[in-house]
Amino acid sequence: MSMNAVGRPTRPEDTAETSAEFKSLTGGKGLLQYERLIFEKKDYTRTGVDFADIDISPSDLGDLVRGDDLGLPGLTEPEAMRHYVRLSQKNHAIDLALYPLGSCTMKHNPRLNEKMARLEGIGDIHPLQPTSTVQGALELMDTLAHWLKTLTGMPAVALSPKAGAHGELCGLLSIKAAHEAKGQGHRRTVLVPSSAHGTNPATAAFVGYSVREIAQTSDGRVDLADLKSKITDDVAAIMLTNPNTCGLFERDIVDIAKLIHDAGAYFYCDGANFNAIVGRVRPGDLGVDAMHINLHKTFSTPHGGGGPGAGPVVLSEALAAYAPTPWVVNSGNGYVLEEFGEDASAANFGRMCAFHGQMGMYVRALTYMLSHGSDGLRQVAEDAVLNANYIKASLQDIMSVPFPDGPCMHEALFDDKWLEGTQVTTLDFAKAMIDEGFHPMTMYFPLVVHGAMLIEPTETESKAELDRFIDTLRALAASALATKNNTDDVARFKNAPHLAPTRRLDETKAARQPKLTYG
Amino acid sequence: MRYLPLNEADRAQMLATIGAKSVDDLFVDVPASAHLTAPVDLPRYAGEMEVEAQIKAMAAKNLSPSRVPFFVGAGAYRHHVPSTVDHIIQRSEFLTSYTPYQPEIAQGTLQVLFEFQTQVARLTGMPVANASLYDGSTAAAEGVLMAQRITKRNKAVMSGGLHPHYTHTVETLAHAVGMETEALTPAVDAEAEVLKHIDKDTACVVVQTPNVFGTATDLTQIAEAAQAAGALLIVVVTEVMSLGLLKSPGEMGADIVAVEGQSIGVPLSFGGPYVGLFAAKEKYLRQMPGRLCGETVDADGERGFVLTLSTREQHIRRDKATSNICTNSGLCALAFSIHMSLLGQEGLKRVAKINYAKAHALKDQLASIAGVDVLTPRFFNEFTVKLPKVAAEVVEALAAKGILGGVPFTRLHNDAAFDNHLIIAVTETVSDTDMSAFVAALKEVL
Repeated sequence: MSMNAVGRPTRPEDTAETSAEFKSLTGGKGLLQYERLIFEKKDYTRTGVDFADIDISPSDLGDLVRGDDLGLPGLTEPEAMRHYVRLSQKNHAIDLALYPLGSCTMKHNPRLNEKMARLEGIGDIHPLQPTSTVQGALELMDTLAHWLKTLTGMPAVALSPKAGAHGELCGLLSIKAAHEAKGQGHRRTVLVPSSAHGTNPATAAFVGYSVREIAQTSDGRVDLADLKSKITDDVAAIMLTNPNTCGLFERDIVDIAKLIHDAGAYFYCDGANFNAIVGRVRPGDLGVDAMHINLHKTFSTPHGGGGPGAGPVVLSEALAAYAPTPWVVNSGNGYVLEEFGEDASAANFGRMCAFHGQMGMYVRALTYMLSHGSDGLRQVAEDAVLNANYIKASLQDIMSVPFPDGPCMHEALFDDKWLEGTQVTTLDFAKAMIDEGFHPMTMYFPLVVHGAMLIEPTETESKAELDRFIDTLRALAASALATKNNTDDVARFKNAPHLAPTRRLDETKAARQPKLTYG
Repeated sequence: MRYLPLNEADRAQMLATIGAKSVDDLFVDVPASAHLTAPVDLPRYAGEMEVEAQIKAMAAKNLSPSRVPFFVGAGAYRHHVPSTVDHIIQRSEFLTSYTPYQPEIAQGTLQVLFEFQTQVARLTGMPVANASLYDGSTAAAEGVLMAQRITKRNKAVMSGGLHPHYTHTVETLAHAVGMETEALTPAVDAEAEVLKHIDKDTACVVVQTPNVFGTATDLTQIAEAAQAAGALLIVVVTEVMSLGLLKSPGEMGADIVAVEGQSIGVPLSFGGPYVGLFAAKEKYLRQMPGRLCGETVDADGERGFVLTLSTREQHIRRDKATSNICTNSGLCALAFSIHMSLLGQEGLKRVAKINYAKAHALKDQLASIAGVDVLTPRFFNEFTVKLPKVAAEVVEALAAKGILGGVPFTRLHNDAAFDNHLIIAVTETVSDTDMSAFVAALKEVL
């Protein structure tokens, strides 16, 4: 109950005007403030960082010295806090509600991970300090490597790739180097299923391979007959996601690996969905030769609005010698950082990046692994799969499922068949979820399923939150189906979102008249 | 388990809804031969206290730069980061959000990226910048590939002043796509040498300033000569703080600029994650790699921001994409942008001058030591000296005295000709006492 100036309780007045039509004078929406760009504050004299006065002339630099106006405004600390806190409130986040982006794995990010990454002796150490002064950091990398190798059943790991796609690149370069070393450099084709992540064909093409697409069966798996017909002498590798992007485990994976190996090619596994099987299945037991692991998916490092990620690549015996520099060796008498790759083998294909990779992500991921342990990680996979199947089971009577037979893994896939005859598309449905407080699921991916809606709840959702989500989706679905017979519900979808910080945005205009900087 | 909300009662109810007897039923598609029946051989579940103790024990084995006189640089730098930066980036709405695919509920991240792009463009003196790449070295490599797409030529010439890790990273990626590379012999002050190696096949020359030895060079003539020959100039900057004092790459005529942004807002963290800044001339916009954020309007005509020009990208173009990049370095870009906003141009210019002054003060002190030769002719906050002894041994001896005294060049490039070269960085975090301690210790170990 609120009070007016004389202490009497207040109540809403009766009014004909609906709040949807109401517009503020400032452009803000109550607590959601309209916030100008820092460049529109046009203050180039202020600064939020205090340094001692300095009056020197950089005389050694002559005319290399820059002019005075850099065009960079400054904010004092209170102004900066306001600016960024106001902006932050326009974002959805896992800490706010379920964030069911299939294939992206938006799980809870433990705060102990953040604390460990900032420890003195971890967050502040330099990559080029003498290795005698960073033995603990090398031990940490070696420990992470041990966990990754043990969980995947693979003998080697290249830690340095900086994201999943960077890991794919690392894996394919290892494969390319191995083929060249065996005089098989003529192998220039990579097989990729039609349901693959866009990064797979992009990476293959990037390193000069041509991409040959493999068809999918009606139950959402690789078509073995089609695969057999496409394995030719020039095939270097297959890139396969498992569980695949339809959220299904590739039942024939062991046979696929054998076919590929018999043909003299390698098996690259896209490990984006490793979180569905960690602790229950080791990719090494499936015949995988290389697999990247997105530490920001399976091992809970934060997505940060688009990175940084980390994509270590585990390698089979056949590929281990080709791993890029640098790597850590436990010599028995301390840890050695091998930066030139001259001790063990000269077969390494090169270097993925300056320094040794995403240490900040290694410590977060290792903290998460140590917290769960081998038993907890197994539970992670089981709960992730259980949650996805629960959503599927709770919605499949009202929404349509393209692959209804058998369980799904960590994500539940729906198509838009159930929307036939309604006035609602997958996009409309997704945008309407925003008004109900949920982030939309991944939509229109995988490409092989029409109007796909890919829901990945992850293991860190409670049953209560899942039930709230299911109830919301059932209500929305009922409303969408109602548009078959009436128009009352159409606006809920066509103009959604109504209650977000911003209305639906004109992406076509943004692409046709690109404006990428202020001014 | 503290991160897993389901309990046994929940699981039983959910299995009943699904119609499964046990969770094993959900893994029925896994081949029996590959099914683990028990947890793998690793330690079991542990509480916060136990995990914290374990990680802290490893941290304690490292010599923390926060505790000792510190002069290590060569591509990563220790700078003061205002407390506000780390506080803001740990806000849930920034830390725990995804790539802004749904712009209506990601305007916070998107406006930050638009501001970031503008800051990067202005700092580098270029018209357009992207929403970040992994780091400076991968940005340089992406720049070389972009030059190949633009010029349809196949060779990259890399200056002997380019950080050897960058050279190696570029070589790895360029060779993967079938490009030729020519890496010139490392030299303290030989940027113009690249001019002799430009021919009709040259797609680009890659030149770093200040270079790995610290030398700052005006690249205007190199830009003109490269462009006259139909090649592009890619300027690499590994110490972004230098742009507060030095002429921008854009002003010198760069076509593409690849910068390591770590110095502004991002902790050293043993080499990553960092943030690659990537900028180019406007005419090359559609050949740029990575995410781009653009301005547009919403259904009410209000300004808003979206990811744009995604027809260049892997999720749309698949095998025809300009790059395979998906995740970039969003949170580090945010940290950069906050720190840059706090500095503003006034703060940036001032801290840059302090870096310059301190580095030159140390240079003067070291130059007076017998046998120590200062090799770098013009520099910002980093310079190279030639010692009378092997630099790697000197650095170890200094470390034993509790001083982290620089990077032996052979740590980056395995060539005995450089055995005695030591790269020394001095930032605003170095005190006069630190410098005195360094000079005294160096005299003792030489």
